[in-house]
Amino acid sequence: MGSNMAECHPVAFRWPLKARTDHDAVLMHVDPRFTRTSAACNLHVPIRAGSDIAFLGALIKFVINSKRWNEDPFFREYVVNYTNAATLVNPEFRDTEELDGVFSGLAPDGKSYANATWSYQRNQAPPKAKGGVGPFSDLLLQQVPGRPKTDPTLQDPNCVLQIVRKHYARYTPDLVEKVCGCSAEQFLKVAQTMLDNSGRDKTANITYAVGWTQHTVGVQIIRAAAMLQALLGNIGRPGGGVLALRGHATIQGSTDIATLYHSLPAYLNMPDGRKKHDSLKEFILTEAGPLATSYWGNYPKFAVSYLKAQFGAAATAENDYGYDYHPKITGDHSHMPMMLDMAAGKIKGFFVMGQNPAVGGQNARLQRKALAKLDWMVVRDYFETETAAFWRNSPEVLSGELKTADIKTEVFFLPAAAVAEMEGSFTNTQRLLQQHDKAADPPGDARSDSWFTYQLGKRLQKMYADSASNLDWGIKNLAWDYEPEAKEVAPWRIKDEPSAYKVLKEINGVTVADQKPLATFANLKEDGSTACGAWIYTGVIPEDGKNNAARRKPDQWISPNWGFAWPANRHIMYNRASADSQGKPWSEAKKLVFWDPDADSGTKDPAGNTVRGKWVAPSGEGIDFQPTKAPTMVGKDAALGFDWLSGNDAFIMRADGKAWLFAPAGLVDGPLPTHYEPYESPVANRVYRQQSNPVAKVWRTEGNVYHGVADPKYPIVVSTYRVTEHHLSGTMSRWLPWLAELMPELFCEVSPELAAEKGIRNAGYVTIVTARGEIEARALVTRRIKPFVIDGKKVHEIGLPWHWGWQGNAKGDVANDLSAMVGDPNVSIHEGKVFTCDIRAGRKGGRS
Amino acid sequence: MAISRRKFLKITSGAIGGGVAAEIGILNVDTAAAAAKAGKAPIKSGRQVASICPYCAVGCGQIVTVSDAGEIVDIQGNPDSPINQGTLCPKGAATYQLVKNEQRWSTVKYRAPGSDRWEERPLEWAMSRIAELTKKTRDANFNEFQDLPDGKGGTVRKRVMNTYAIASLGGATMDNEWNYLHQKLMHALGVVYLENQARI
Repeated sequence: MGSNMAECHPVAFRWPLKARTDHDAVLMHVDPRFTRTSAACNLHVPIRAGSDIAFLGALIKFVINSKRWNEDPFFREYVVNYTNAATLVNPEFRDTEELDGVFSGLAPDGKSYANATWSYQRNQAPPKAKGGVGPFSDLLLQQVPGRPKTDPTLQDPNCVLQIVRKHYARYTPDLVEKVCGCSAEQFLKVAQTMLDNSGRDKTANITYAVGWTQHTVGVQIIRAAAMLQALLGNIGRPGGGVLALRGHATIQGSTDIATLYHSLPAYLNMPDGRKKHDSLKEFILTEAGPLATSYWGNYPKFAVSYLKAQFGAAATAENDYGYDYHPKITGDHSHMPMMLDMAAGKIKGFFVMGQNPAVGGQNARLQRKALAKLDWMVVRDYFETETAAFWRNSPEVLSGELKTADIKTEVFFLPAAAVAEMEGSFTNTQRLLQQHDKAADPPGDARSDSWFTYQLGKRLQKMYADSASNLDWGIKNLAWDYEPEAKEVAPWRIKDEPSAYKVLKEINGVTVADQKPLATFANLKEDGSTACGAWIYTGVIPEDGKNNAARRKPDQWISPNWGFAWPANRHIMYNRASADSQGKPWSEAKKLVFWDPDADSGTKDPAGNTVRGKWVAPSGEGIDFQPTKAPTMVGKDAALGFDWLSGNDAFIMRADGKAWLFAPAGLVDGPLPTHYEPYESPVANRVYRQQSNPVAKVWRTEGNVYHGVADPKYPIVVSTYRVTEHHLSGTMSRWLPWLAELMPELFCEVSPELAAEKGIRNAGYVTIVTARGEIEARALVTRRIKPFVIDGKKVHEIGLPWHWGWQGNAKGDVANDLSAMVGDPNVSIHEGKVFTCDIRAGRKGGRS
Repeated sequence: MAISRRKFLKITSGAIGGGVAAEIGILNVDTAAAAAKAGKAPIKSGRQVASICPYCAVGCGQIVTVSDAGEIVDIQGNPDSPINQGTLCPKGAATYQLVKNEQRWSTVKYRAPGSDRWEERPLEWAMSRIAELTKKTRDANFNEFQDLPDGKGGTVRKRVMNTYAIASLGGATMDNEWNYLHQKLMHALGVVYLENQARI
């Protein structure tokens, strides 16, 4: 669901196809459009764009009410041990069923939630533990809460399973028909197949892509899938899981080592002026406090080691490791607000590296106009992108809305090296780091991205070298030495590329005293004796001169010696759950990680006898659990991290060690996924009075006008999407003659029914209009798109790939000129997968 | 500018023999014969360098072939990779043209404020100018403290050490190492409008 895998990740799609041909796997595609993926699946079920949670919620209801789920002991054992189904929730909690579509805690203005009522019921806090662990850990120990209360019989009305049951009680096959527009039979076929293919001997997987993320309920859609998989016992086991198909070579890496406003590397939160983050101590207590009984109990080590990597010798215990000189965020500084603030003139300088917002940004017209407000902009790319050229030939310049002479932006274009022309690593969609070697120097003045940032940093550091101001302490004291060794640059013309090895080694982490790499994140310290850029990558360089990302020994299954999967070469996260509560494999067919009671644990008891028992994985898979913790061991109450977690707490990054069917924290829009209509929808919400996500991010500003619910001017649903021959905004594809010829022109998929209504001819021009913009495209009239009947009303959808712009070899209008800036409240991702529009035959401006 | 078929051939001419796709897709050759040849076609000879596909996040292995003169002459799938076993999709198979492309710019271009044209400039000059602008913009717009809501209807003065005047937007086909260096430098400068394709 939410993915056209055959089109967008075709090489990965070979594997499900192989599972189908060689192992009789059943492939099902639930998607608004009939695509290349649908064509290769056993079953395609069309659902209206934006109705995913109604469908998934109904799957959850189907499963937990099914005879098999209630009678097969596998499901009971998995769910009671590995999920929070049995946990008791605050009796003050009120569900959407009681409040007609919102949860308890909604602020009077309806724009935000307080989540106090979503909390667990807990036993009394344990007696305070003795300290001596570390300066920050000792403080965390003092605030460990009591264990959550549970009802393992799953009968208590406040237990999570009962809350889930009540929440989805009305998500029936009949409701799916009315909201999603598929038939009840189609839905039931999917539901039964998922259930039949889950259990002790079989696992089922759910794969998604941006078809799920690009919604105002994107995070909740994915959570609904994770809940379903947890209920079916499909997490932490081979063949199971929820797989995110991400779209860029190291988009996972740029999330892990975040160049994102809200995050420090390795998922530490960015210091925030709005939170209690006034000192390093307060930062750690605020951030780690609620998580300290999970592996995040090591947060102090991660945070201190990050600051040591940032500021090197200047970071000391006395100056809080430079924490006071680290910037704090004060609001949402993500892509969309960034461009809105740029349009408002607040941003003066802009680095755009390998990105093309003039085409790829939502409400792209507004984004292009924002560029004209800058004092300066640096673009680094291969070709003259639309972003680089906005000042000379953008649609706004050609129409006279902007005049080149009036655009005061000073623009630099710096040519970039291609991947084959530099050394570095990518992290793929399965968390696998892979090294790419340098094959040749880039041409002329083209340089690697790392070169640019490194050389800029060197220049700035020189310029600030004499500053005595506290404001410049951060740049002045930045640890910034990645000079290449002579042998690294010997074969090349360009001698001043930073050493990729040295950078990756710092990311991996070192012992400060001897600069030796850390073999494992278990060796990190909170006393400043280790420096580590991103703790989750520790182990990629386990010793000097050894780069695990460059390992290239494949095998027929997990391939543990091909690259390096973070964390600690674990390819399947939470894989302790691949064994039952006693540590035995659930079945021979699904054996992965299990407890071997006879194995030498490598430790001795006080009498000097060998202690037996450890987790093993014959495939070479990394074990995502404490290696010698027996499955029946009970964690300590007054403890942090692994010491608190018990032998059946497989979900080691969760504060209770369980997969969360109900999310007591971490989400701003509710503890359970709930069907809301997209922000722009042709129909009213049939499930609740609340129409759309009440806390969605909305920016009502000039040039970003929204359509109303069932807006008669814009009655048609539009989804934007990608084709296999192009990549995103087209920078890496529209300039390539081979790809440009394969897919030369923007088109719009239209159903024969809509074409007949509007007089649209196949291959003729159509104009698509929203309150944000107007574009033209060639019509592709096809039965792949069908109108839906939603609660008795006919709803048309159209499909629009969005790769084109006015530069390059393959040109076309910018599809993102149509979309609005509106976002998911958790992560500020836009809703490009569903908004409304109108369409008419003919070209823009009334030409035929 | 519309690209004619002749133009396509011209643009592609540098790549003749550079890949099977070139022969089948572009050069009006007999496709059956080309396909038969493709089955046995040897890898273009030269030094082979292990690489990774620059497009989507599947992470297909690639082999870059380099001539004795040090030129990249071919990019193909790596048969050893357990991910793609030598296969590539249309984009991956076209990677060669991303490297060898006559429309690719290899010099620094500069557009002065209000100007209607690009001018070529030395890399060194551009780097110095960019560093100067970065420092000037940061120093003129740096916030040590800021009054922020205290949650009780009032405000409280907080140390923020940031600047809102500089923004950075990166792609997600750029190395982990760049991501690390860039977040490090931006944080050192106080830049908080730090974003990436990963959001999208």
